[in-house]
Amino acid sequence: MSHATLTPKSRSSLRGATLPKWFPWAVAGGSVLLGLGISAAAGLHSSIQWALIAAVLFVAGSYGISARVEGVRQAKDRVATSMVWVAFLMALIPLLSLIWETVKQGVKVLDGYFLSHSMGVVADSEPGGGIYHAILGTLEQVGLATLFSVPIGVLTAIYLVEYGRGRLAKAVTFFVDVMTGIPSIVAGLFVLSLWVLILDMGPSGIAGSFALCILMIPVVVRSTEEMLKLVPNELREASLALGVPKWRTILKVVLPTSIGGIVTGVMLAVARITGETAPVLLLVWGTDFINANPFQDPQESLPMYIYLQYSAGSDPAYDRAWAAALTLIAFIMILNLAARGIARWKAPKTGR
Amino acid sequence: MAKRIDVSGLNAYYSSFLAIEDISMTVEPRSVTAFIGPSGCGKSTFLRTLNRMHEVTPGGRVDGKVMLDDENLYGAGIDPVAVRREVGMVFQRPNPFPTMSVYDNVAAGLRLNGKYKKSQLDDVVEKSLRGANLWNEVKDRLNKPGSGLSGGQQQRLCIARAIAVEPNVLLMDEPCSALDPISTLAIEDLIGELKERFTIVIVTHNMQQAARVSDRTAFFNLAAVGQPGKLIEIDDTERIFSNPSVQATEDYISGRFG
Ligand SMILES: Nc1ncnc2c1ncn2[C@@H]1O[C@H](COP(=O)(O)OP(=O)(O)O)[C@@H](O)[C@H]1O
Ligand SMILES: [Mg+2]
Repeated sequence: MSHATLTPKSRSSLRGATLPKWFPWAVAGGSVLLGLGISAAAGLHSSIQWALIAAVLFVAGSYGISARVEGVRQAKDRVATSMVWVAFLMALIPLLSLIWETVKQGVKVLDGYFLSHSMGVVADSEPGGGIYHAILGTLEQVGLATLFSVPIGVLTAIYLVEYGRGRLAKAVTFFVDVMTGIPSIVAGLFVLSLWVLILDMGPSGIAGSFALCILMIPVVVRSTEEMLKLVPNELREASLALGVPKWRTILKVVLPTSIGGIVTGVMLAVARITGETAPVLLLVWGTDFINANPFQDPQESLPMYIYLQYSAGSDPAYDRAWAAALTLIAFIMILNLAARGIARWKAPKTGR
Repeated sequence: MAKRIDVSGLNAYYSSFLAIEDISMTVEPRSVTAFIGPSGCGKSTFLRTLNRMHEVTPGGRVDGKVMLDDENLYGAGIDPVAVRREVGMVFQRPNPFPTMSVYDNVAAGLRLNGKYKKSQLDDVVEKSLRGANLWNEVKDRLNKPGSGLSGGQQQRLCIARAIAVEPNVLLMDEPCSALDPISTLAIEDLIGELKERFTIVIVTHNMQQAARVSDRTAFFNLAAVGQPGKLIEIDDTERIFSNPSVQATEDYISGRFG
């Protein structure tokens, strides 16, 4: 005699007893309350502890109740679903707390004045000053790096996907893989030895851009390669069969079809290098003054500003570091949103 | 503008694998020739050697002669890109360019080749769409994406795109196999009209279709899997379907294998 035949609810063999929609929410609520209760009773103070207790209670509770009412298969299903939710929340907690903390600390001094002034006449231990010079530096260094990396990266990817056969293509793929793994400090040291020590150039924004290129190119190549591979071969053949030369097919059919994805990849690569500190520290040096010329003399950049302000160690400097961090995060988020927007806007259309 | 195709001693390889062996045949201008035969016997491969698309496949290699009127497509100094402008192709699955509108799809061949006058473009697009029996269905949505059309309409759009560049020969690789019966009929009717202007070669899995649309039928076969495909016979469609001269053809047509 199985459990299901005993419950009056199950009239047909296809319709088992089901728990209502709100069941998971109820269990979740109950677990949280119980978790809070237990940790209060046991005198635990950390919120991590009650959250973990609640998570365990939630998974076990869903399984237990569901196994009784719905059957073991449904219960397993619910456990899997609960685990996914718990994992999701666990991943979300550090992210949200990071954003929360940055916003809370960052808004203190973040205003128009902060965004439009440099640290030129402000001592690190005093309040005031701003990040204008750092924003300018970051924009110029990242802009230059993007300007060099995108053509090189996209053309390399086109070579690999559309033309590359045999040894050379394999070698290029191998080196791109190797480049993906280069730590940023090594890229910085490489440019330092070449540009500063051998060619005897001084620190400048563009030296930093070169190092950022080394980090950005492999990312652009990889993402562009994936996007080009997604273009169905049938489209290339359709174009070739019309008597269109291969280079024109790539330019007019393959690239427009994948441009959304390529732009997204580039934006993500930009977001990645915007936060790089090590090569900038080695090659751009940093300054408290506004230097709009990326080809000569030290510049500032946002990550370096954060690092230097944090090292300064005074309370006003901490506040400025947080505000700069908030600016950096906002900048990267805007880039990501823009990437999504472009991807959606440029996606091949299917509507009527 | 239609031209005669004269193939002799043609072999096609995928790397070292010989896919079709020693094919010789003649295709008359302004006629429809159907290729039939079991799967894997090399019909598509042979078709693609006729506009030098075979060599687009990595490892694809051809030897032998394909004369288009009096020019050998595989002769020295022949530009495959120019060949493909003369010999158009329609594929098994409709493949309109997804980023382009209906209008741009039809205009693609001219535009991408960079040889057109803006004022002529409208005329060419309308003429090609009329030629593909699609004009009335799409004339109000020329600027909508081509991928928003139904499967049958998309395939006719691809035919319009192929005939817009005024080729001499039109190759079709199972153009109806992804379509419903009504769209299939529409395309068969269209083939009947197009043969006034073009030399048409069509691969089909559907014996009735071969019988309905073609003047000549070629039967391909292969001895065994891994063996090269061969042309068994080519003859007037009526003869192939009533009184073929080779036993294997009769077996295939009457459904005894394949
Ligand atoms: N891209 C390819 N690479 C290697 N072999 C192929 C390729 N395309 C087709 N072939 C082989 O060539 C033979 C003929 O294929 P195909 O011309 O597609 O036959 P059909 O169109 O008559 O079904 C088959 O044995 C097939 O496996
Ligand atoms: Mg085929």
